[in-house]
Amino acid sequence: MLVMLKKTLATALLLSLANLAIAQGTIKMGALATLEGAFTVLGEDGMRGVKMALNEFNYSVGGKKIQLITGSSDASPDSAIRAARKLVEQDGVQVLIGPLSGSEGLAIKDYAKTKPNVTFVNGTSAAQDTTLRKPAGNFFRFSTDGAQWMAGLGEYAYKVKGYRSVAVLAEDYSFPYTQVFGFLEPFCRLGGKSSADARFWVPIGNKDYSSVIAALPDDVDAIYVALGGADSVNFLTQYEQSGGDLPLVGGSITVDQSVLGSKGRTRKFIIGTPAAGPISDTWNDPRWDKFVADYKKQFPDGFPSPSLFAHGYYVNTKAALLGLQNVGGDLSDGGKKLRQSLSSLVFDTPTGMVSLDERRNAIADIFLTEVIEGPGGNLVNKTIKVVPQVSQTFGLQYEDFLKYGQVGRENPRCE
Amino acid sequence: MLRFIERHTFWAIIIVLATAILLLLIFSVWPEWLISVIGRKKTFVITLLNGVTLAGLYFLVASGFTLVFGLMRNVNLAHGSMYLLGAYIGYEVSERSGSWFLGLATAFFAIALSGVLLQILVFRRMEKEELRQTLVTIGISIIAADLMLAIWTGTTYQFTPPDWLWGSSVLPIISVIKASGKVIYLKYPIYRLTVLAVAVLVGIALWLFLNRTKIGMMIRAGVNDRDMLSASGVNIQLVFAIVFAIGAGLAGFAGVIGGTALSIAPGEDVRYLLASLIVVIVGGLGSVTGVAIGSLLIGLAEQFGLAYFPTYGVVLTFLIMVVVLAIRPQGIMGER
Amino acid sequence: MFDTRRLFSGNVSISEIHPAKIILGVFLIAYPSFTSDFFTFQIGAYSLILGTIALSLMMLAGYGGMVSLAQMSAAGFSGYIMAIFGENSVAVMGFGWPWWLTIITAILCGALFSTIVGAISVRTEGIYTIMITLAIAAAFFYFVRQNYHIFNGFTGFAGIEPPKLFGINWRDPVPFYYLTLFMAAFFLWAVSHCSRSTFGLGLQAIRDNPRRMRALGYHVGWHRITAYFFSGLIAGTAGVLLVWFNGRISPGSIGVEVVIDILVIAVVGGIRSPTGPFLGAIVFVLLENFAIDLIDRERFNTVIGLVFLLVVLFSPDGLLGLWNRIYPKIRFRRSVRTNGGRTQWDDSVSSG
Repeated sequence: MLVMLKKTLATALLLSLANLAIAQGTIKMGALATLEGAFTVLGEDGMRGVKMALNEFNYSVGGKKIQLITGSSDASPDSAIRAARKLVEQDGVQVLIGPLSGSEGLAIKDYAKTKPNVTFVNGTSAAQDTTLRKPAGNFFRFSTDGAQWMAGLGEYAYKVKGYRSVAVLAEDYSFPYTQVFGFLEPFCRLGGKSSADARFWVPIGNKDYSSVIAALPDDVDAIYVALGGADSVNFLTQYEQSGGDLPLVGGSITVDQSVLGSKGRTRKFIIGTPAAGPISDTWNDPRWDKFVADYKKQFPDGFPSPSLFAHGYYVNTKAALLGLQNVGGDLSDGGKKLRQSLSSLVFDTPTGMVSLDERRNAIADIFLTEVIEGPGGNLVNKTIKVVPQVSQTFGLQYEDFLKYGQVGRENPRCE
Repeated sequence: MLRFIERHTFWAIIIVLATAILLLLIFSVWPEWLISVIGRKKTFVITLLNGVTLAGLYFLVASGFTLVFGLMRNVNLAHGSMYLLGAYIGYEVSERSGSWFLGLATAFFAIALSGVLLQILVFRRMEKEELRQTLVTIGISIIAADLMLAIWTGTTYQFTPPDWLWGSSVLPIISVIKASGKVIYLKYPIYRLTVLAVAVLVGIALWLFLNRTKIGMMIRAGVNDRDMLSASGVNIQLVFAIVFAIGAGLAGFAGVIGGTALSIAPGEDVRYLLASLIVVIVGGLGSVTGVAIGSLLIGLAEQFGLAYFPTYGVVLTFLIMVVVLAIRPQGIMGER
Repeated sequence: MFDTRRLFSGNVSISEIHPAKIILGVFLIAYPSFTSDFFTFQIGAYSLILGTIALSLMMLAGYGGMVSLAQMSAAGFSGYIMAIFGENSVAVMGFGWPWWLTIITAILCGALFSTIVGAISVRTEGIYTIMITLAIAAAFFYFVRQNYHIFNGFTGFAGIEPPKLFGINWRDPVPFYYLTLFMAAFFLWAVSHCSRSTFGLGLQAIRDNPRRMRALGYHVGWHRITAYFFSGLIAGTAGVLLVWFNGRISPGSIGVEVVIDILVIAVVGGIRSPTGPFLGAIVFVLLENFAIDLIDRERFNTVIGLVFLLVVLFSPDGLLGLWNRIYPKIRFRRSVRTNGGRTQWDDSVSSG
């Protein structure tokens, strides 16, 4: 009886020690994406990117296993903060990847400042002020922001396409403001025009563009449309139906795969629409081809081609893993060594080299694309140009760039 | 109509004048000073048409809502979910069968069936407890919205209606006469005109049903006094089931019609529920004419708001609702 | 739940307080000492805040018969006022008023919002009230989302913190928990007390038969609007604590989904008694945080909707009503056993 008791105690002790050993040898990594609400599909693709990066490292780094804990939000800042709190305070993650949406990123940055011992790495949130103004010392963004995504498009529209005045149609919140800024600033500097009454800021979630289309001016050369996904599909359908015939210029998610591949009548009239963003579906580069092949192999039920969400989460997770590898998985100092390593990290991604600036925002390549008719009669984006190593301040000094002011409805002015 | 003119001469004159001005605005060529005041004619006329066609869609959605309330005093807050479910079902059927009309019919009957089941299995046990019935519909809408999200995910779906309903048509309304003397006519989507036509047809059909058939007579009697109707020997549960079937079926039908115009995605249920709420609050609960007036007001307000004041246009409709509530709480055509 | 004979007795001594309530009180006060920070803050404090907002709804619905879905909007409005007149980190508005002035202004603004809602919907009854207050809540949401000058639109405000008083950082989990506990207990007492006061009894009488009350000379409209004012005070205070809890406020905090959530909380807990909303809030918050681990993560809404539906279908008084119906049966059975089979109607059964 006593022997049995001793044996049980010994086993229990051994098991708990083993558990402790395993626990000490595990790194907890949290991933936060929009897995609820209308952006669920995008969040799921982001998670695929996270898993692709983890698979490359076999879920272990520096001899320690990595335990992935997922958190879910619905694109509202409040839900993102709640999910982040659960991951950090209840589940005890030491590295948090995410979030997906621009406004969430602004909120997570504020939260990061209250948790200095946790390392926060971005998902795909692309609002400018997340890193440009009052950045958090432990928030790293290895993906580019919405304005950087527009690099090269303004010049292309002015010089190559020959547009001199554009109307703007975009949703009324921070991410489209950033995109419009990124497009109009170089366009206007070259002499282009876009008056304040030719800018149409539609409320978020608006599905009915018919009256906005009716109010669009006739005397512009093109319309810059910075709508995403479903809204873009709606707009294009309604625009064609109302007999509109002005050429379009697209934002980063206006004519991407999710829009071009959507069901319904083929929209021939958008052939020739230029756009820009962090990826291009048809880039002839072995790194990108390998990434696409890996994506298709690991996730046969995913998109036909990885979206910028899978790409963004992949790059950020890979950066976090590389940083962890550099410090041998040692997070005993509250992640200080890890963050130092991340600040100076430079590495190769499926879309080129990525490094960080002083505010821990990415410097990376941007792709200028145009819609063409593909071999099978469907529509794809052709890569026109790769704009190399775009920084958040577009090569200007930080103080000079700040003079442009915060993005908003009237920034920039060019009458 | 003659009686209306006799009894409300003042209002009749106002209405005739307003209609005349409106027709003039639509069909004449605008002089420069008018353009500088209001903006281009194209914007005005297209927004007007958009408002009227949107009103047609709102009429389709809200008429079911008001019918169910008028007779059974049940505020069906799951009405928006029925709209969305009808749209999804219609989409699945029309994609698999290739026929948009089949999808339309299936949506109507499927959602009508769901309405009947709801009435028989759930609401029948809760008669006279209106608040509880409303809470039940809220619970159903929460669950339905989540399950629909699970099945159809967050992607947006677009219908493929037949070609002869699609594309844009040229209207006999002059937009502008260019300096070269060339006349430009307005172009307008055919489908939206179809929506308006369907709404008018459904409105006429409903009116005929309510006013020229025996069941319609029973329904109107029931709206006035439910207990007397049941006391006079009518199978009131059957009437309830029929009304719920029609009301729900209309929601599903509107789901396919509206979904073809504006695509389907999660969140549409809340949007159309709120729209129906405002339309019937403004027009008056229980009255189909009220729904017509309310949807016209709200549709026009929403489109003019979007075109001319996009930032706050969305609040304009709520403003109208508050004003109506302050002046006439039972709605324009409602009865206390 | 209340023994009607004690309604007019006037004094209550400690021996008359149900032992269960004392145990609950001790548990709540000692709660932070044996739970982690996460449980104290995210579960405990958050439930208390949500419960208080639902309490304001319960007061109007249970005692007044007016289900106002705009209480969450009142709380949100008060939170926005805190951000606008106090300090925030977004560089929009933020007048930097002294903390005590900001808090008082915010609470009063929440009450004002609720009063205006009441004035608009006072002429309606029953389901009409639900529809109209839902529409008002939606209107407020859209307005706040579109306006950037005052409310900073979609992004909202961040960086709103409680003042550091007496050397304590009130945003830390334990002090904040006690703050919310104090607020919740105070309003719980206030609402219970109010329900037995002349005003509260008048309100309940109006709920049961407004025509009779009008005939008795009560001004039904003003009585109802005053009820909205008081519930607005409750919602406003909870709104201040909510904005401190989140550290931020944005249109998402007052959207239609959140507004319906408060209704769900109040109904699930029990809309007849002031403790009901808090019970509902605990169930809601626990499900929200742990449904992810127990059931499929994304189907939280289905679960909470099912719970809500089941409660409405089978126990319209909420979980508290369910408990009240089961509890006497348990005690009854016990007293039957101890008396050797003879039925004995002792006081404990009738006052359960």
